[in-house]
Amino acid sequence: MTNSSITDTNFSTAAVRPRPISWSWLGVVPFLLFTLMFLLLPAANLIIGAFQDAAGNFTLQNIANLSQPTILRAYQMSIGISAASAFLGAVIGFALALAAVLGRLPRWVRPSLMTFSGVASQFAGVPLAFAFLATLGRTGLVTALLFNIFGINIYRYGFNLLSFSGLTLTYLYFQIPLMVLILTPALDGLKREWREASAILGASTWQYWRMIALPILWPSLLGAFMLLFANSFGAIATAYALTGSSLNIITILLYAQIRGDVLHDPNLGYALALGMILITGISNGIYIWLSSRTGRWIR
Amino acid sequence: MKQSRIAPWIGVIFGAIYFLVPLIATFEFSLRMERGRYSFEAYRIVLGDPNFQASFGYSAFIAVCTIIVGVALVVPTAYVVQLKLPKLRPVIEFLTLLPLVIPAIVIVFGYLRMYNSSSWLPLTGSARGTDVLLTFSYVTLALPYMYRSVDTGLRAIDVRTLTEAAQSLGSSWPRILLTVILPNVRVAVLSGSFLTFAIVIGEFTMASLLNRPAFGPYLQLIGANRAYEPAALAIIAFAITWACMGLINLFGAMGQQTQRR
Repeated sequence: MTNSSITDTNFSTAAVRPRPISWSWLGVVPFLLFTLMFLLLPAANLIIGAFQDAAGNFTLQNIANLSQPTILRAYQMSIGISAASAFLGAVIGFALALAAVLGRLPRWVRPSLMTFSGVASQFAGVPLAFAFLATLGRTGLVTALLFNIFGINIYRYGFNLLSFSGLTLTYLYFQIPLMVLILTPALDGLKREWREASAILGASTWQYWRMIALPILWPSLLGAFMLLFANSFGAIATAYALTGSSLNIITILLYAQIRGDVLHDPNLGYALALGMILITGISNGIYIWLSSRTGRWIR
Repeated sequence: MKQSRIAPWIGVIFGAIYFLVPLIATFEFSLRMERGRYSFEAYRIVLGDPNFQASFGYSAFIAVCTIIVGVALVVPTAYVVQLKLPKLRPVIEFLTLLPLVIPAIVIVFGYLRMYNSSSWLPLTGSARGTDVLLTFSYVTLALPYMYRSVDTGLRAIDVRTLTEAAQSLGSSWPRILLTVILPNVRVAVLSGSFLTFAIVIGEFTMASLLNRPAFGPYLQLIGANRAYEPAALAIIAFAITWACMGLINLFGAMGQQTQRR
């Protein structure tokens, strides 16, 4: 940190010098062109398509058609799974990060946890589905162990890996580590002096957390929750490999629509995509906004 | 302040169980192919499958292309922004975060609409064109990570002094970028590259919707049709992810040592 602030100061003093006309903007042109062609225009194209009928005239009918029961249920299911996995991931990940940073555990615990979180947060997609099928599927190891040792058949009790709870449980495998990775730097930013100062003034541990630590941490916590939410909302590979097309979530519906126009209306497909952009856009927007705010306190 | 150490331990042990049990279960399952005894039969079959070799090779090749295009795109941009156009920084940073805002499936949906065989730039009309489009789609996917990594690397070195020193010795711009800046941010570039590799190698959505024979769709196909091979593949995929992250940590540690020297 000190290192970068030194370069920053050098940088600003040097930048005051007047310069001749510069061609330096040419250096960012390829990047801007690339993002225009392969990010902005494709998205804009879909958004425009969402407001057109088959003949290309302006219409709001596609947006209105989103209220079909299948589509609404798919949005509900996706939002539900994303919210559940983001909430549980945030709570458990926060607890783990707390334990690692402030728990006074042996020195090796923290680097191991961080390395492992780095790996597990990237271990998503199809292989993750395989791992959970081998663990909690009908012939999975944990399913068999629970049955053989405790005589409990979890499938008899209504558990199903190919369902809301099953998918949430599977998503937690990358959500929790992601939370640990995001929150550890924020917890490091809690200065020891704040705790000591509050203790001198007679605050209990509970008061310290409620009145000092949590107010400082909440933008990080909420921001991380939003990122986790968007992360699982846009995910498809795990769900698709786990359930095929049997689970009605929005990404699987959109996948089927792209492959074979299951809604029998291409423009409705664009409206579906627009809805997804709105939801991930809002949650990521809140994350980006909050993380720029936290920058002030946590350095 | 007295603090109990039991709760943190319980938390960490619970976390370890949650993360290790699926791995152990998957590994155990992958060994069960032959009735009544443990064997590596599933691995033998998977590794010997020509489709495995072909799809893995294809994805590895696309991953390398993605890394090259990504580095060529990100390093000059981050460099120019740092050195000359600091006012553009918020715009560029926002653009690099967009792939997190627009889900991958929506991006590729847009491509199919924009670059289909009857459009002005029919990239999906030919296999080579689709490969290019897939590479570009992976570049966008990796953009947030690659940019963040390279930007952090550039902030840690004195870009201005290095550039002025190179200029006063008569270096041209391409030469400054290639022989002065790039070697100085190699640790950042390498971590970005390995992360990109880990993301790209098993990616399913884009490859599947663009109909390319990549590793992700192959995994899905095996998962839908076989019993024990998927578990073996999951272990292999985990090992690859682990190797990429391990290399990032290794290079990171080496970078810190060189800086300290």
